[in-house]
Amino acid sequence: MDNIAGRKPAVVWATQISAAVLVILWLLPTVGLLISSFRSADQIAGSGWWQSIFPQEQNIMIRAKSAADQTQEGALYVIEGNLFEQEGLDQGEISAWGTSSRAIAAYTSGQTADLGNKGRLSVQANGDYRFENNSEFSGKRGQRVFLTSVSPPNFTLDNYKNVLFSDGGDGMAKAFFNTLTVTIPATIIPILIAAFAAYALAWMDFKGRALLIAFVVGLLVVPLQLALIPLLKFHNSIGIGKGYLGVWMAHTGFGLPLAIYLLRNYMVGLPKDIIENARVDGATEFQIFIKIILPLSFPALASFAIFQFLWTWNDLLVGLVFLIDSTGDTTIMTRQITELLGSRGGNWEILATAAFVSISVPLAVFFFMQKYLVRGLLAGSVK
Amino acid sequence: MHPALQGLMMIFVGVSGCVGYFYFSNIVLDKFIFPAKGEHAGRNINRANLVRPWLFLFPALIALGLYLAYPVIETFRLSLTDRSQGGAFVGADNYAALFNDPKFWEALRNNLLWLLVVPAMSTAFGLLAAQLTDRIKWGNIAKSLIFMPMAISFVGAAVIWKLVYDARPIDTNQIGILNAVYLALGGDEPQQWLSKPFWNNFFLMAVLIWIQTGFAMVILSAAIRGVPEETIEAAIIDGANPFQIFFKIKVPQIIGTIVVVWTTITITVLKVFDIVFAMTNGQWETQVLANYMYDKLFRAGDWGVGSAAAMIIMLLVMPILVWNVRNARKEM
Repeated sequence: MDNIAGRKPAVVWATQISAAVLVILWLLPTVGLLISSFRSADQIAGSGWWQSIFPQEQNIMIRAKSAADQTQEGALYVIEGNLFEQEGLDQGEISAWGTSSRAIAAYTSGQTADLGNKGRLSVQANGDYRFENNSEFSGKRGQRVFLTSVSPPNFTLDNYKNVLFSDGGDGMAKAFFNTLTVTIPATIIPILIAAFAAYALAWMDFKGRALLIAFVVGLLVVPLQLALIPLLKFHNSIGIGKGYLGVWMAHTGFGLPLAIYLLRNYMVGLPKDIIENARVDGATEFQIFIKIILPLSFPALASFAIFQFLWTWNDLLVGLVFLIDSTGDTTIMTRQITELLGSRGGNWEILATAAFVSISVPLAVFFFMQKYLVRGLLAGSVK
Repeated sequence: MHPALQGLMMIFVGVSGCVGYFYFSNIVLDKFIFPAKGEHAGRNINRANLVRPWLFLFPALIALGLYLAYPVIETFRLSLTDRSQGGAFVGADNYAALFNDPKFWEALRNNLLWLLVVPAMSTAFGLLAAQLTDRIKWGNIAKSLIFMPMAISFVGAAVIWKLVYDARPIDTNQIGILNAVYLALGGDEPQQWLSKPFWNNFFLMAVLIWIQTGFAMVILSAAIRGVPEETIEAAIIDGANPFQIFFKIKVPQIIGTIVVVWTTITITVLKVFDIVFAMTNGQWETQVLANYMYDKLFRAGDWGVGSAAAMIIMLLVMPILVWNVRNARKEM
């Protein structure tokens, strides 16, 4: 198809380039946060994340060791060390240096500066320096050295360690397990209930079937905001209040219309012959459902399971209303992140990492199960 | 009990309860109530088959009724009562209070703005992405990268975009890419994008557009694939240029799908809550109905006005609901 008339090379190129621009635009925000989650707080505040993947040139001032550390070599008094190491900095490469703030790049690496009666200082590219003098060094503070250095990209896993494993880790590990606890039952239970209902709506003939399908389609778009107060009142009145049971039931209820709709649309398309043959052979409806319909509907079941998983994992509102009580023991990740946005809005290293911990699971599901997700989307909205 | 254990138990109880219910209810129906033997065997089979669909539907109908249908009615009832007066009937007072609240009008205005911009932009970008990636070799990779934000939570997206919009004082390095680009293009000072009334709405909308474009693209791209090749070839032979092929041949043939995508995104927009909640919480004139309602219900504890606001959302959804139901019925 690529060489049919009307496909000019210029058009092909324009298409390729525009597609690339679009993809980059869509990817940039996420990549920015991902990279930030691997940088230290100072690095994030110091420069944009897009600069972090390239070696960075920076100007810093470091003091050489003071007179207290001097050694004597014959007639010479010597102070030696490494500028980066003694400051605990990452190894960089020094291109130029100086000893006064007015001429910070007076010398190149490897050169020796003659500071008159204060001594002779030489600085190597890797930060090693040697300061020697004929007379004894004095004074409390070391000689100032101004560096122009290029440091390589530097990333760290510390943020993840802090957010997930440290005690003051802002509860992300706990929130992660809470989210998992909410998600898995809330994904599995609606599937079963919906599958039976969908089978009845697809393959059993009874009065009011069309009306029921219309009812389900109508409920598809009912905003769940309407359900908050009435259901909270209901949960309180039957004594389950706020908690996991309530949130499981709420997610089940809210997920059902889509589940029934998706599964019914899929089941209607299954070959009629198989089902009728089974009926003729004396299979009960229950057997037909378990042994024929369920296995054949696997793709649709998988589609819905992914939807429901993503939706419950990413949900904030239902969790806020039905789960999280004043003790905060049952907090979920989305809640935890909005808290962090409020209280630690400037701590990007924590925010970025916490957000990525929460995003990583849906992203993994997305990339591994994309086929089913796309299939479900197509079945769910195109008629 | 540990919540995880409770979760496992819930799965077990839920699954076995469901299977058990369906299995035993069918047995009871076939063996005891209408046994398919004896003198009334034929009649009994017919009767059992009349009842059976309702056995299959029963749990789903209960859940749907209780969790979605009943709340609509109950919310309507609550919107006519006042909680502080012990739930006394107050007629349209809550609606009057709602209409006298400038915050409500702000939320409604913003919501209408969202409704105009987000579905239009998402569908347009989705269409563009679908068309651009249609015939290129790495199209599938491109698609899955544009589609990816669909998997990211609104809250996660809020964090991602807050970093994009970050502003630092003028004499320091910018860490928000938007301000960095703005300054590089000759802007005079870093902007606080999220606290500029009116325009900040568009910066919040960008987040939802970013998420929804992938959805629009996936569906529209399937529709574009479905456009018959002959119509395109005929247009090429007649000398149509690529733009004409796209706008005059392809788009008219997928217009039905475009409408479906548009309405689906419209519904998402009406319910948008998390993005505003996490990014501005309605400050700087960015309030939307869903967040306004949440404020009223859970911060102010005013169930009457909150429910009235929820009914307004329901009212806005209503046309789409009716349209969907009519379409569904036409197909059957």
